[in-house]
Amino acid sequence: MNGQLLSGNHAAALAATLAGRANRTGRGFVSGVYPITPSTECMELLCNQEIEKGHVVRVESEHSAMAVCIGGAASGSRTFTTSSSNGIAYMAENLVAAALLRLPVVMVAANRTLGPPWNIWADHGDTLMLRDAGWMQFYCADNQELVDTVLCAYRLAEDARVLLPAMVCQEAFVLSHTAMATSLPTQEQVDRFLPALDLPGRLGRTPKVLGGLTSSHATEVHRAQHHEAMGRVWEVYREAQDSFEEIFGRRPADPVVPYRADDADVLVVSMGTIAATVERAVDEARAKGIRLGALRVRTFRPFPAGQIAAVLRGHARVAVIDRNVSLGFGGVLWGEARGLADPGAVVQGYMIGLGGGDVRPEHVLAIAADAGARSVAGAPVLMEAGT
Amino acid sequence: MTGPVYPEMMGLSCPVDDPLLRPGNGNCGGCGMSTALQFLGRAREDRKLQMVIPASCAAVSVGPFPYTAMGAPTILSTFGAASAVATGLSHAARLNGDGTRVVCWAGDGGTYDIGMASLSGAAERNEDILYVCYDNEIYGNTGGQRSSATPHGASTSTTIRGKTEHKKDVLAILAAHRIPYAATVSLAHPQDAIRKMRRALDLEGFRFLQVLAPCPTGWKSEPALGIELVRLAVRSGLFPVVEVVDGRRTTINVEPDFADEALELYLSLQRRYQRSEISAADLRPAIERHWRDLRARSGRIVPADREP
Repeated sequence: MNGQLLSGNHAAALAATLAGRANRTGRGFVSGVYPITPSTECMELLCNQEIEKGHVVRVESEHSAMAVCIGGAASGSRTFTTSSSNGIAYMAENLVAAALLRLPVVMVAANRTLGPPWNIWADHGDTLMLRDAGWMQFYCADNQELVDTVLCAYRLAEDARVLLPAMVCQEAFVLSHTAMATSLPTQEQVDRFLPALDLPGRLGRTPKVLGGLTSSHATEVHRAQHHEAMGRVWEVYREAQDSFEEIFGRRPADPVVPYRADDADVLVVSMGTIAATVERAVDEARAKGIRLGALRVRTFRPFPAGQIAAVLRGHARVAVIDRNVSLGFGGVLWGEARGLADPGAVVQGYMIGLGGGDVRPEHVLAIAADAGARSVAGAPVLMEAGT
Repeated sequence: MTGPVYPEMMGLSCPVDDPLLRPGNGNCGGCGMSTALQFLGRAREDRKLQMVIPASCAAVSVGPFPYTAMGAPTILSTFGAASAVATGLSHAARLNGDGTRVVCWAGDGGTYDIGMASLSGAAERNEDILYVCYDNEIYGNTGGQRSSATPHGASTSTTIRGKTEHKKDVLAILAAHRIPYAATVSLAHPQDAIRKMRRALDLEGFRFLQVLAPCPTGWKSEPALGIELVRLAVRSGLFPVVEVVDGRRTTINVEPDFADEALELYLSLQRRYQRSEISAADLRPAIERHWRDLRARSGRIVPADREP
């Protein structure tokens, strides 16, 4: 282990490099990349790495970047790309294809507001737009978690019980361009954690077709298999956590992370870096004698409904913070979590920090006070954090 | 069905890779793309192919899961991404030194229009890919709409009176990328066709073949007349049979007689040209211009009447 100051983009690129090199005894590493703010520095650094048995292809669009990953993965190579915002939107068709072909592609998304009008700052709307695309989705709160989650993402994606692509999300600038002390594992450790990929059913010598026409019934079967594979992620992730801890000496976080939640009068549920701010606010509130608690949702697909419900049990007031808006509905996380609390509990949705608005502890405390004063939940609240 | 099913599990006893397009495929009678695939099958001999097929008639012809009519490992890609998926396969093949030749097999839709960006990108990067466009000029899989591949005068479901613009010169576009090899292929000239396919399979870097693929369904022509129609297109000069090496050295492989009766016959045997009443005389000036350019580029015959 060596600690160094790394931005989220550089941390992600170096994690991908370690994972790529680890497949040198397998069918190598193939990556298609295309720049977009704020994920550009991730692909730039990746392009400048020496990766034994690895090629990074500088393609002409995000759509093609994912297509290169599809081709590489179909041939059994380990693959990686990174993008943001409209790049992800442009890539969407092939993101869906990678998932439906059950290819273990790993992608780092630097969450950025969709445009126009153009805004390069943080918003979860870009990856949440792909909620139903069949990818695993993880939301990170710091750069160390980004490194660890990228490595775990390969482990999960390539497990024969899962075989699904994984999207590891960091927020624009808050993580992508913020340097933090980050420990990178050694190549030898990563080699142990990520053995060579042996993709079942890869395109080889035998004539067969990947992605051929399917009937309604075959599609029903495929969707059921895909859905069931999502359900197996929890078990495989627990094994990955054990293995990670044994090799790297620290344990990656659980899919959901409660913080001072047990006796909380108000529980604040959120994702990504806002969840780290919420934990700060919890400490501030507790210092004043206010019993505030937090729940950070790290894994969004598969959705940890049971694990969230277990934490929400016994809590009468729950505030859900979304850095996104499903226009005409409300926050996406709120929409999914609001049915998981006890009957009669107040689950109030708040959307804040859209377009990169800086969400600070005082915002969280105001949200907690508002939720604590409610006897019934109202319509989701769209708040302004300002610049 | 609880898991993926592969051909070898289906109890098939016939050779799985010969012919390249196997019985049971979904193509129409008289489909030029079928003939072109069998030519490619002849040309490949013992070369190991992997195929990428974007949304197209070819994607349908491979047949329903879990079967495949294609005698080579094949991945179906999204409409505009064949060249980029092939790029990924090709890099994996190179990293592993397994000698796989990656072939894109795309229609005019996936080539001329929606696939042009990824095609141009892969050509500019000189990816090690053979890209074959079986060009039936009709957007067959979606049922025959107007496109940049529609020839002048042909009616489509979205231009029922006939297209008023000219067809895009896709060969020139690809040649302008200075790729190692770009050629047109006539199904009426099988020796030339198979020679070009072999040459293209063995070259390194990006290779492009454009095959004029008759489509009885879209051309509204007799299925049995497909090869004759190609012969007429070549004879009349409408479809030049050429090859371009490194984007500079142009060779004319078949010298047409430019017969107006061949052109009239070509038009009259396809009902797609009926509505516009387009004639050989209408098409002749564009053909002549095209050939003046080709001869100037080929450098063998410099026409006296060339444009200044």
